[in-house]
Amino acid sequence: MTTHAGLPRHQFQQDANLTANDGPRREAVRKALGNYQTARNRTGATFTDWKSARNAAATIKHEALNHLDRYLEEFEQKFTARGGKVFWASDSKQARDYILKLAKEKGVRSIVKSKAMTGEEIHLNEALLEEGYGVVESDLGEYIQQLKGEPPYHFVFPCMHLRRDEISDLFHRELGTAQTNSPEELTMIARRVLRRAYVEADMGISGANFIVADTGMISITENEGNARLTVGLPKIHVALIGIEKMVPRLGDLALFLPMLATAGTGQHLTGYNSMYGGPRQPGETDGPEEFHVVFLDNHRTRLLADPEQRDALHCIRCGACLNVCPIFKNIGGHTYGTTYQGPIGSVITPHFRGLQDWKHLSGASSLCGACTETCPVGIDIHHHLLHNRRNAAAQKPASGEGLLWKAFVFLMKRPALYRLATKFAPLGGLLQPLLEHVPFNPLHNWTETREFPQAPLRSFRDQFRAHQAAKTSQAKGGAR
Amino acid sequence: MSLGTGDRTAILGRVKEALRIEAPLKHPAERSAGGEPTTAHFREWLPPVGGSLDERFELFARLSETLKSELHPCADMAEAAVILAGLAKEGNWKTVALHRGDLIDALAEVLPPELETMRLKPGYDKDQLEACDAGITECDLLVAQTGSVCVTSKSAGGRVLSVLPPHHIVIARRSQLVTDLTEAYASLAAKYRDGYPSMISFITGPSRTGDIERILVLGAHGPKRLTILLLP
Ligand code: SF4
Repeated sequence: MTTHAGLPRHQFQQDANLTANDGPRREAVRKALGNYQTARNRTGATFTDWKSARNAAATIKHEALNHLDRYLEEFEQKFTARGGKVFWASDSKQARDYILKLAKEKGVRSIVKSKAMTGEEIHLNEALLEEGYGVVESDLGEYIQQLKGEPPYHFVFPCMHLRRDEISDLFHRELGTAQTNSPEELTMIARRVLRRAYVEADMGISGANFIVADTGMISITENEGNARLTVGLPKIHVALIGIEKMVPRLGDLALFLPMLATAGTGQHLTGYNSMYGGPRQPGETDGPEEFHVVFLDNHRTRLLADPEQRDALHCIRCGACLNVCPIFKNIGGHTYGTTYQGPIGSVITPHFRGLQDWKHLSGASSLCGACTETCPVGIDIHHHLLHNRRNAAAQKPASGEGLLWKAFVFLMKRPALYRLATKFAPLGGLLQPLLEHVPFNPLHNWTETREFPQAPLRSFRDQFRAHQAAKTSQAKGGAR
Repeated sequence: MSLGTGDRTAILGRVKEALRIEAPLKHPAERSAGGEPTTAHFREWLPPVGGSLDERFELFARLSETLKSELHPCADMAEAAVILAGLAKEGNWKTVALHRGDLIDALAEVLPPELETMRLKPGYDKDQLEACDAGITECDLLVAQTGSVCVTSKSAGGRVLSVLPPHHIVIARRSQLVTDLTEAYASLAAKYRDGYPSMISFITGPSRTGDIERILVLGAHGPKRLTILLLP
């Protein structure tokens, strides 16, 4: 990824171009996603009725989101009754400041972190490092991305774009380890480094996949066990969670956990699904003395306020819509320039970060609907992309476009003038190549990747008339 | 400490304001007669398990194999001890970590004498636990539908004994096997009526990652091996 000044949409176009032309990288991504698809199909087929399960998941999320205030309060009450603390953050800064203040107050020296996209969203690591706190990402993929100094490529598979030799080079350079092309050995290198981090850290930061209202718990899904260690060993646990992660009842997880696993990685159940309801309780051997949940709004309530698009908040971040997206496969994760990549990222980012600056993402879709089809909670993702397009256009009509349509209407209403115009249309084709060399070619965006359509020398109308004339004369000839 | 609760009122206010208009339900669940689908329904849609105890057991065994968990049905504690002695020898174990509990205490009696044991107590030395070759725990439940072992901070010696040492041994009874997650949650709710443990964890196979080229590697951070000793 290159660094850019300029607008998100310029960065997007530039990176999309680079990745689309990077054959080997696309091949690596395609291979990884091929493995995913096989596993997912196999596991999905074991469901008695996936579609009904999906509708039930959609219904439960609908219930949770449409009574979110009640469930947030219920969680808070249950969770604090067991010694947990809840902090409500309106935006990134407030969340960061709270965690920094907490670290300072408790004399924290080192921090270990398990995967949390909310952390990426509020740029938590940068803030912690700036204040002098060492923070280590413990998920293998995130750790690799942290070493590489790059954001995650995919919010479930952070380093899926890297080949093993690139990871080996990275470890060799950053950790001084010997080169290897065995994924197993590479994993063991990270294992050795990270085990020290858990034992030494005095604060563990996590995200969460679900907030459970009726028991006051959070639920974390992972494969590696790094989150279990992150929230098990340090004396303080901070969980940074978007308020939309709600489910009403603990029992609901009996549906969501298998669906998340199937859609996310093609497993029946992910390696570790753990629910945490408070800090260490009386009589328990270990666990943190303090457990802070930081609820993050950061414009989620803006999306919540739109009944038409509210269900975009049902997302359980399984990543399936990225995995099946033809655009994602070709432009890659970094091109989006967002915390949440792929189709769902394109839906929600304009709400979180400004519609006009991010509306180009809604255009980056073939509207094939593969995302909608695969989504385990029934979000009509590609319809939301259309809604975003409509809303963006309504808010700020494209300059010049209105004028163009007016001219068209003017022409269409005057047949004589229209006929005259078609006579001159082929001239456009002759003049267009001359424009190619003009510095501010107004047609550049169109013609860069497409052929300029050539108007035929004879219009349809003329051809039709000639055709009819020929037919009549033939008919006359035949009758003779 | 006075870090406060932040923008509690403002956020709840924004949520309430946002929800003044209810969103349409685009994909209603077939079985909800106007209400929410109940957990009793999940079973009809999820992967089927089969009614009898034998069917459940067979599925659990099959999934354990795919997950690369090592399942050993044992006739009695003596047989469990033999298997454990074999593992200890094979892995060249020096120290194993344990907690207190009926099954664990019985097993501790029959461990190979040369094996050192670390009994976890509050305030234990993390480094010492990290250096152990294996962690032996009890569990709450086994789940047939998913091949999972359910541990809690009450049943399995705290939060990390079941995940820090490189080999996790679970000692369980056949009667602990439940059908699916729905039954597991119901059973946990009944067992912990007076308060849940601070952690409930469904462990499904040894620690794993696919982060490098989506190729499966076991033992990413947690145990490389998971052995289940199943008593009648
Ligand atoms: S929108 Fe649906 S498919 Fe995409 S990540 Fe969210 S839950 Fe998964």
